[in-house]
Amino acid sequence: MAQHISSAFDRDLEAVQAQIIKMGGLVEAAILDSAKALEERDTELAEKVRKADKAVDALETTINEECARIIALRAPVSTDLRTVLAVMKINGNLERVGDYAKNCAKRVPVIAQGQRISGPDAALRRMAREVQDMLKDMLDALIQRDAALAADVRLRDQDVDQMYNALFREVLTFMLEDPRNITACMHLHFIAKNIERMGDLVTNMAEQVIYLVTGELPEDPRPKGDNTSLIAEVK
Amino acid sequence: MTDTSANGQNNAAPKKNSLFVQDARLKRRKSAEKRFQWYGIGAISIGCIFLVVLLTNILMNGSSAFRQTFIDLPITLNAEEIEAAEASMLKTGAYKNIIYAALEEQVASKGVETEMSGKDLGKIMSDSAPGELRGFVLANPDAIGTTVDFSFFASSRVDGYFKGRVERADLVNDKNLDAAHLDIIDQLKDAGIVGLHFNAEFIFGADASDNRPEQAGMGLSILGSFYMMIVVLLLALPIGVGAAIYLEEFAPQSKFTDVIEVNISNLAAVPSIVFGILGLAIFIQTMHFTKSAPLVGGLVLTLMTLPTIIISTRAALKAVPPSIREAALGLGASRMQAVFDHVLPLAMPGILTGTIIGLAQALGETAPLLLIGMVGFLATNTPESFIAGFDTPNSAMPAQIYQWASRADPAFYERAWGGIIILLFFLLAMNIIAVILRRKFERRW
Amino acid sequence: MNDMRYIERATDMNETKITARDVHVFYGDSEAIKGVDVDIQARAVTAFIGPSGCGKSTFLRTINRMNDTIPSCRVTGGITLDGEDIYDKRVDVVQLRQKIGMVFQKPNPFPKSIYDNIAYGPRIHGLTKNKAEMDEIIEKSLRRAAIWDEVKDRLQAPGTGLSGGQQQRLCIARAIATSPEVLLMDEPCSALDPIATAQVEELIDELRQEYTVVIVTHSMQQAARVSQKTAFFHLGHLVEYGDTSDIFTNPKDQRTESYISGKIG
Repeated sequence: MAQHISSAFDRDLEAVQAQIIKMGGLVEAAILDSAKALEERDTELAEKVRKADKAVDALETTINEECARIIALRAPVSTDLRTVLAVMKINGNLERVGDYAKNCAKRVPVIAQGQRISGPDAALRRMAREVQDMLKDMLDALIQRDAALAADVRLRDQDVDQMYNALFREVLTFMLEDPRNITACMHLHFIAKNIERMGDLVTNMAEQVIYLVTGELPEDPRPKGDNTSLIAEVK
Repeated sequence: MTDTSANGQNNAAPKKNSLFVQDARLKRRKSAEKRFQWYGIGAISIGCIFLVVLLTNILMNGSSAFRQTFIDLPITLNAEEIEAAEASMLKTGAYKNIIYAALEEQVASKGVETEMSGKDLGKIMSDSAPGELRGFVLANPDAIGTTVDFSFFASSRVDGYFKGRVERADLVNDKNLDAAHLDIIDQLKDAGIVGLHFNAEFIFGADASDNRPEQAGMGLSILGSFYMMIVVLLLALPIGVGAAIYLEEFAPQSKFTDVIEVNISNLAAVPSIVFGILGLAIFIQTMHFTKSAPLVGGLVLTLMTLPTIIISTRAALKAVPPSIREAALGLGASRMQAVFDHVLPLAMPGILTGTIIGLAQALGETAPLLLIGMVGFLATNTPESFIAGFDTPNSAMPAQIYQWASRADPAFYERAWGGIIILLFFLLAMNIIAVILRRKFERRW
Repeated sequence: MNDMRYIERATDMNETKITARDVHVFYGDSEAIKGVDVDIQARAVTAFIGPSGCGKSTFLRTINRMNDTIPSCRVTGGITLDGEDIYDKRVDVVQLRQKIGMVFQKPNPFPKSIYDNIAYGPRIHGLTKNKAEMDEIIEKSLRRAAIWDEVKDRLQAPGTGLSGGQQQRLCIARAIATSPEVLLMDEPCSALDPIATAQVEELIDELRQEYTVVIVTHSMQQAARVSQKTAFFHLGHLVEYGDTSDIFTNPKDQRTESYISGKIG
């Protein structure tokens, strides 16, 4: 990429993107840690995840301020403008992902107290791992200005949705089997829903990366795998 | 940091870098600046000294030309005597006798004792007196029979005695005046009938012959210069400004216009005597204009002034910001409208200044006028009409001054200085007009 | 949704006012404009941007033939105004410049009264029959240039006594007094302070209702603020031409991108 005549402008843009990557790293860790805490019923780790979210929130504020400063002082146009806009949107979405991870971690102590339902654990772990992977690739695509990778990330949300569908049915089955499972299952379902939402948000971010690189948002409708809203009754 | 060249001490002792201490280099620079200022002051002082010396010299030598020695002489205009004089062959000679008689009477009445006859006494009078007397009689026939108080010029020797130019010792070999005359003059002076008075004739009168310096005046040559200036103004201003406008605003850039431009600049540097001989050859020998007439002089000076006016007009036009032209053209004005509506009015102060300076230059020009015969002592009377003045042989101020300066009688030398004062006065007046016009027309943009 | 964006920004984006086809401009031997094709739309503001010496001002001046005043300048190709070739032999530049007014970089009011400044154009083109009509044109022009309220009490005061921004608006008023169809502006705000610039920009945006405006500017922000169409010139070429919003968010050409975002190379 060509350099700006004003090198301070380059440094500002690089700094704000570096902060996004740092924030992405924190959120990735939060996803993985919350999944691990759930699997191992580790309430301490869950507590750590909840506390770590404060750092993410702080970073979000910093990045927002930094973007506002760049807009005010540098009046960015074209690629620079799109970079700042994409960074701002990704910033907001990342913070939401972090919140979802925190929410997952919050539910761990309740689940740990109840009866152990080990079925959905593996599926949740896979979902979390997939979302974390998507997030990582999205961040790579952002740094490398790789629209193809971002488009790929966008498509992979379907997999997460499908896993969520399967998990939805599985959890319903557990609840039908034994009403005592309902509390834990409800929480497990919320966790699954959270992870599914994370996938949607990562997709949003991937779209921002595509906009950053190409200047246009993808026109084709986003692939949707979540059809639980259509499920009326479990057969 | 900027001062590492001086020496290493500065780095070793940072206190030496204090703002209060000047290093050697700065001192050198400052002293160079001081020296340059003194050079300038010196140059200006020398110029001022020259100017002061010149002006005092001119004023000291020339101011006496404005005062002249007059002899008061009451003459009874006897009708018979005048008739007899008018009937005689040498009319002024006859009038001379009337004056001699009156002079004799006047000297006697003031109690001055002398053995000189009236004719001998008359040497203290200017030769112009009889002519003056006759002129008065012809103009005022009613005065015949009465006694009129005249105030005649004293002869130039007497005038010189009054102004300290002539001493008794100088008169030993002089056939025009003796020391005895001066004794009488001294007594007449005490009696109050001979004395120095302001002489308007010097400013308004005509030139006089070699032996009557006391009568010579600048008047007609001023008139000649005035006529020439009219000719120059009427010809050089429109031609020069027109040529400048065409060259500056309309002429296409080509080899031809380049050649013209270079030649105009060269023309400004051509010695004026060249224009004189050109005028002599073309206007007088080929076209047979009246010799020595202000019309011819004006034409020659026009040729000489044109380059000055063209160059100054072009400079004035160039100084008008191009944005004004663009503004007018952008509104759809034609080239001519842009120039005449906007550019020319803005260039006017510069054009006028240049023109007046050109005129002043022409006013002081001598050499070409000598070649076309505009020397002194050509015209003795004012021209018959305003128009005729253009074609009547005349002189011009600088030519008149040159003429006087080259005459033998030292009385003329004094008049040359006086003429220069008048010339300088006119130049000063023109420059003041130039300044006033520039102030008046100057506009900001 | 894309259409919604343009409702406020543009009015009639279909009518073409000026067409340039394969325009080359030479100063002596050097080629300042190297083949420019552009369609300038009626009742819209078109901005020409580009680095110094890129030919944008030169091209602007070919549109009302101001380059004719430079002897060594030669123009080839075709420029049409409403379909009529402006370089046709039958075209008189005086008439052309009445239709295509121009405002210059430096405010250049004539050193005359405000009234005479505005009256000059109508006077030389014989647009008025009597003083009442002239007064009307002067008031209308000054009102449209948004300077009437500031100068109405001192129409006989010299135009050069106004502030920079007022002078430039006076020049705009002078340009529109001849009822042109197109207004060319060559960096009209480069000599003005930000407040005066904002006033002139606001004025340009209003003028868009009636006039086709072409503006050359060094300020990309200004181009972005006032124009609907932007053309980027580089080394005598028209590199990119399109909707201003597109040029500033997503330029197609690398050179445009580098220029507008202030990058090296």
